[in-house]
Amino acid sequence: MSIAFESVDFVYQAHTPFENLSLRNINLTIPDGSYTAIIGHTGSGKSTLIQHVNGLLRPTKGLVNVDGQIINANTKNKQLVSLRQHVGIVFQFPESQLFAETVVDDVKFGPLNFGVSDTEATNRAKDALQKVKLPEEFWQKSPFELSGGQMRRVAIAGVLATNPKILILDEPTAGLDPQGRFEMMELFNELHHKEQLTILLVTHQMDDVANYADNVIVMDGGQIVKNGAPVEVFRDTKWLIKHQLGLPKAANFAIKLADRGVKFDKMPLDISGLVHQIVNVKDRRPSHE
Amino acid sequence: MNKILFGRYVPGTSFVHRMDPRAKLILSLIYIVAVFMANSWSAYVVSFIIALTIIASSGIAPKFFWDGVKPLIGVILLTVVIQVFFGVGGHVYWHWGILSITSDGLLNAVYIAIRFVLIILVSTVLTLSTSPLEISGAIESLFMPLKKIHFPVYEMALMLSIALRFVPTLIDETEKILNAQRSRGANFSSGSIMARLKKLVSILIPLFESAFNRAEELATAMESRGYQGGEGRSKYRVLNYTKNDIIGTIFMMASVALIMVLRNWS
Repeated sequence: MSIAFESVDFVYQAHTPFENLSLRNINLTIPDGSYTAIIGHTGSGKSTLIQHVNGLLRPTKGLVNVDGQIINANTKNKQLVSLRQHVGIVFQFPESQLFAETVVDDVKFGPLNFGVSDTEATNRAKDALQKVKLPEEFWQKSPFELSGGQMRRVAIAGVLATNPKILILDEPTAGLDPQGRFEMMELFNELHHKEQLTILLVTHQMDDVANYADNVIVMDGGQIVKNGAPVEVFRDTKWLIKHQLGLPKAANFAIKLADRGVKFDKMPLDISGLVHQIVNVKDRRPSHE
Repeated sequence: MNKILFGRYVPGTSFVHRMDPRAKLILSLIYIVAVFMANSWSAYVVSFIIALTIIASSGIAPKFFWDGVKPLIGVILLTVVIQVFFGVGGHVYWHWGILSITSDGLLNAVYIAIRFVLIILVSTVLTLSTSPLEISGAIESLFMPLKKIHFPVYEMALMLSIALRFVPTLIDETEKILNAQRSRGANFSSGSIMARLKKLVSILIPLFESAFNRAEELATAMESRGYQGGEGRSKYRVLNYTKNDIIGTIFMMASVALIMVLRNWS
């Protein structure tokens, strides 16, 4: 499913002295089946932006078009239920949404809300728990008995069980150890490729952007300041460093090498790209040896 | 969620903002007592003018006060209706069983409505112009004499300020969980009352869970920073009475005196 924002403004707490314009003239198209990363500082409007995609927030001005369904200031709650069936959001620290007595019951909550039968919901729950690789021995336990990482998996399964077409991830790996982080990102990548999920990833991990995303949106002060392929966005290294957004590790390494006189054809973004480039550089400079 | 007025402080530098929270608290209580003593039209007119003067000197937009009165209109109307039908005395216009409409009943109903509105307005000035921490500091300071009879003043003040401090945090938390469950298709505004209550479980359990976690984290954080109760603790915000408090007190005393005079004359 594709997503389009057309001159969207969003005012937080409108008509009070606490009024605050948090999105400003957002124009954006996210094609069906793409993997988009959204980066930017805390308070730059990333979370506000993603909450517009399933109508948790409605634009103060302008409109959001999700595969033909229009969300604007006058959209009624009732019209949004069918939309939410197709747009799953994994919020920051999603384990805080767990409530049911068993893991399976919690994962079933979503499908049941969307009117799926109980047996079908159970099947979907089991399917989703398999996808997030939570061992079967935990399925009948209380979610509060699990470890933090396992709770995170249950919460993500709870979103996947609604069979979304668009999956929105708000810093899904925050607070996980490196191994857990890697497994989680690989899981999302697999879903993206196998089930053609459109993915929106809010992140501070530039390596994840470089490794997985095919499109990057940079936000600052409620506006989109850059939008393009990772190669294009990361090309402007000076701007990124100035705004303290950082670079992928491989790119950082390459910049340090470049400072010492090594010339690169193009900025490598991941480890394999970097290795490839270094090998090429070495091949091209046999005279030094 | 954003409509909740309780504990909402509107920062400012007006006359009322700069008053000592203890003075504001006591003067508000005195005003409330005075409003209950008022028993004639002229006394209510005076009370109303006092309330308007206080509101004006707080520099806060009138819309906020309307927001303060609005949620309580139902309660006010209910009290008025009860007063109208059950009040006795004076000329009887209509009666059926125990219900009756009398001249005194009608008059009392109007008085009660006016009292309600005036009290809400003035206490709204207090909560809008005083930060929750100032209010709990004021209560702590005013309760200090009770220390002599071993009343746990510090602990009570700490509980109060922690509770007030976490109101916005819990509101944010509720909103976050609400959004997460809405995204999973939960619809909290449709279905029968039982169905809605059932859905509330999906909000309440995570909320309790996080509140307990937070309490435990806070306790650990306080202990690891050496908190051992309030005895001998100094304060960051030291309360001091200033010129504004004297002016405020004189104004309130004069107003109360006027109300009392009007009460005895009529």
